[in-house]
Amino acid sequence: MKVGYYPGCSLTGTGKEYDMSLRKVASLLDVELEELKDWSCCGATSAHATNHLLSVALPARNLIIAKHQKLKELAAPCAACYNRMMVAAHELKTKPEIERQVSDLMGESIPYDLSVINIIELFQKVGKEKIAANVKADLKGIKAACYYGCLLVRPFKITGFDDAEQPESMEELIKAAGAQPVDWNYKLECCGGAHSIAHMEIVVDLSKKIIDDAKLHGADVIIVACPMCHSNLDMRQKAIKKEYPAHGDIPILYLSEFIGLALGLKPKELGLNLHFVDTKSLLEKAEIKG
Amino acid sequence: MKIGVFICYCGENIGRTVDCAAVAEAAGRFPGVVCSIDYKYMCSDPGQNLIKNAIKEHKLDAVVVGSCSPHMHEKTFRKACADAGVNPYLFDMANLREHCSWVHEDIVEGTKKAIDLVRISVERVKKNAPLSPILVPVTKKALVIGGGISGIQASLDIANAGFDVVLVEKEPSIGGHMSQLSETFPTLDCSQCILTPRMVEVYQHPKIKLLTYSEVENVEGFIGNFKVTIRKKARSIDESKCTGCGLCMQKCPIKKKAFNEFEEGLAYRSAVYVPFPQAVPNIPVIDRSICTYYQTGKCQMCVKVCGREAIKFDQEDTIITEDIGAIVVATGYKLYTIDKKPESSEIKGYGEYGYGKYKDVVDGLQFERIASASGPTSGEILRPSDSKVPKKIVFVQCVGSRDESKGFSYCSKICCMYTAKHAMLYKHKVHDGEAYVFYMDIRSGGKGYDEFVRRAIEEDGVKYIRGRVSRIYEENGKYIVKGEDTLAGMPVTIDADMVVLATAMIAQPEAVKLAQTIGMSYDKYGFYNEVHPKLRPVEVSTAGVFLAGACQAPKDIPESVAMASAAASKSLVLFGADYLEREPTVAKVNETICAGCFYCQKVCPYNAIERKEIKDRQGNIVKIIAYVNSGLCQGCGTCNAVCPSKSVELIGFNDEQIYAQINALG
Repeated sequence: MKVGYYPGCSLTGTGKEYDMSLRKVASLLDVELEELKDWSCCGATSAHATNHLLSVALPARNLIIAKHQKLKELAAPCAACYNRMMVAAHELKTKPEIERQVSDLMGESIPYDLSVINIIELFQKVGKEKIAANVKADLKGIKAACYYGCLLVRPFKITGFDDAEQPESMEELIKAAGAQPVDWNYKLECCGGAHSIAHMEIVVDLSKKIIDDAKLHGADVIIVACPMCHSNLDMRQKAIKKEYPAHGDIPILYLSEFIGLALGLKPKELGLNLHFVDTKSLLEKAEIKG
Repeated sequence: MKIGVFICYCGENIGRTVDCAAVAEAAGRFPGVVCSIDYKYMCSDPGQNLIKNAIKEHKLDAVVVGSCSPHMHEKTFRKACADAGVNPYLFDMANLREHCSWVHEDIVEGTKKAIDLVRISVERVKKNAPLSPILVPVTKKALVIGGGISGIQASLDIANAGFDVVLVEKEPSIGGHMSQLSETFPTLDCSQCILTPRMVEVYQHPKIKLLTYSEVENVEGFIGNFKVTIRKKARSIDESKCTGCGLCMQKCPIKKKAFNEFEEGLAYRSAVYVPFPQAVPNIPVIDRSICTYYQTGKCQMCVKVCGREAIKFDQEDTIITEDIGAIVVATGYKLYTIDKKPESSEIKGYGEYGYGKYKDVVDGLQFERIASASGPTSGEILRPSDSKVPKKIVFVQCVGSRDESKGFSYCSKICCMYTAKHAMLYKHKVHDGEAYVFYMDIRSGGKGYDEFVRRAIEEDGVKYIRGRVSRIYEENGKYIVKGEDTLAGMPVTIDADMVVLATAMIAQPEAVKLAQTIGMSYDKYGFYNEVHPKLRPVEVSTAGVFLAGACQAPKDIPESVAMASAAASKSLVLFGADYLEREPTVAKVNETICAGCFYCQKVCPYNAIERKEIKDRQGNIVKIIAYVNSGLCQGCGTCNAVCPSKSVELIGFNDEQIYAQINALG
């Protein structure tokens, strides 16, 4: 199976291990990821807050590249990239005036038969059965809290993905990987997003609530599908501990990392050593050697 | 033909922009017109006398009145004609008000147009034929569909007036939702105590034929002459033998396979069951889907214990047909559920409240059962999950209602009141408990209603928070209710022990099917449409069918009962005469030229076109042609317009008459 691949900026920086693990897991599951040539910024956070036309034009440029590479599907593992591309495609489809302006800017029309998919949809295309058939490590003792955050399922009218209030799709994949998803309450709560830099205290507060609820429901690990969520939950645990000394660390894994562990890949190959919070507790419980 | 023309000024309404005297004078010169008179108010008694006297004096054959719209006074003038001996259909009305004076300013032009309008009418009336009303016999028996409080009230009113009633209820017992309620607002009187005597009265009434566990399958015919097919589902019990002793239910070994519908899923019931102890009739039903006998052929415990040999495993559905004159539809409502539903369903559910996965997040009817002395907790307020007394309870109003994102933009009307009642009942039973109500607005219009809500707030100390609830989730055995206090502008979090959701009242799932069976229109939510929202609130577009209760829109008990009595009185009006007089202006098929294409049947909105076989002398069918059932025909003329061979005539509006009108404009 060949799928277009748009890593986005995070996956080349703070979320490097997301990119590493996804590429490894994809090759094990016979998925050929064809990276967009000369891809550019999706416009997340800044563009749509400043200029609406720009916020549509930036993703549109990448969609046009995908057209040139004759791709039918484009995987955007970063939830923010996925969201921006979905929103842009929706704007172009439903607002002829925007479509005309953006086409003028780009000098060509924007493809509509291209479907943008997120990381969960990518694994759904591979199939739960195929993942389960390739599982090497025994993770049945591991309890995982699947964290969707805000961008993956919302706005539901545009993404149309899973359920905006009670999503279950990531849990299905965790089950396919042989682990136990936990039923918890904070899988859609806000992690604070980009406030991580300017107002860290907000992120500390919000992330703590998410982590506490996951722990309350017995999770050994929180699974994320967004580099922003990952950095807030992973990187800010140190700050949480400073504020709340009783805080105990919990590893935060990308979905691709967790599936990679299940498929028998080494923690280092998946970039687990690049995390701020040590993943040792998880690896020991799963009896996986570093 | 001698024609009289009468021009009305309608005070200044016509007189201001039409020179009525000039119109009358001009009309007097039209061929055939023998007298032409103008008068200030033609509809008044002296005005009508003018017409009557002129008829006698000039021996008029036909009358034209130039005045207002036929909607206003056609009947008045027709009657005046009839009183003076002119056939009422040899009359025509020229609309000089709505069609002329009200819409024009120039008196010269207006007068010219008025003269034209009168000329048109004069030419038309020359082609009119004398007609007499169609008389249709009336079957003086009513069908009431639905045995809730509305159906019960309508049945009793009609039966007490001395007419026969067939009451059809789809459940094993009558009583409806009202029988499930604990106390009723705003008086807090016990629902069962006021309802059950009515139920018994229905059962014992010699004029009421009660068919429970039955459904209306088909309705044919028309006002006064419906033919109704009813399916009486097999109870698997011989109703003539069963005494309702209840032994079979006690001994039935299947105790926990089915939720008790009457208890709203808060308890189980046996395979052979009556919905509730006061059921009418007090005759059980066997639920074949869970009964061991129907699954494996064994058990038969009920047969062994029944001293009356009333168990009939091989009983079959019976089909009953009834001749009916009037139909009262009182099929009631259903509660919106917050569960996740398949994509095909219009119900979207409430993921933010957990899609119904939390046991202690209940709906209004479930709380009624919990608060009811006859309910699963004997009236003690206990949580369904662990039977503990909830010390903190949250009520959420407008769940589904007034929420377009969930598909229902209307207000369910009763929730403000019943939520206040629920909170009050809770405070009366759990003295140290805290009750919170999240509301959008308090809508408590009704006698004693607002006082009731104030009582809940001021005397019983229920805390009202204006705002919506964004999420409900479980944490350490508590239900975390996150909402907003829009008056304080603050987010609110309450760790409740129990949550009651005032979910929307929605139409019955089979409402649309019944509407199609009977021929009623319905709104986008499946509630039945009345003909006129103000002046004909209980009638539907099919004559002889009346609405009662919440099948028309959400409403409370007093309103439902009032509407039921209104529907009953409309039925009684119908039964007051032996024959119905129908307008003779209906369609008629010219049998010699009709080719039997039945385009007319496809377009007729009233199902009035039937198939008629034409036979030769030997009895062989020569052709099949269209036939208009004049009882059903409303004279709309659609068939007349589509007929390719021009073989349908609309009596009173035939081509000759229309051409005469057009020619009059010359």
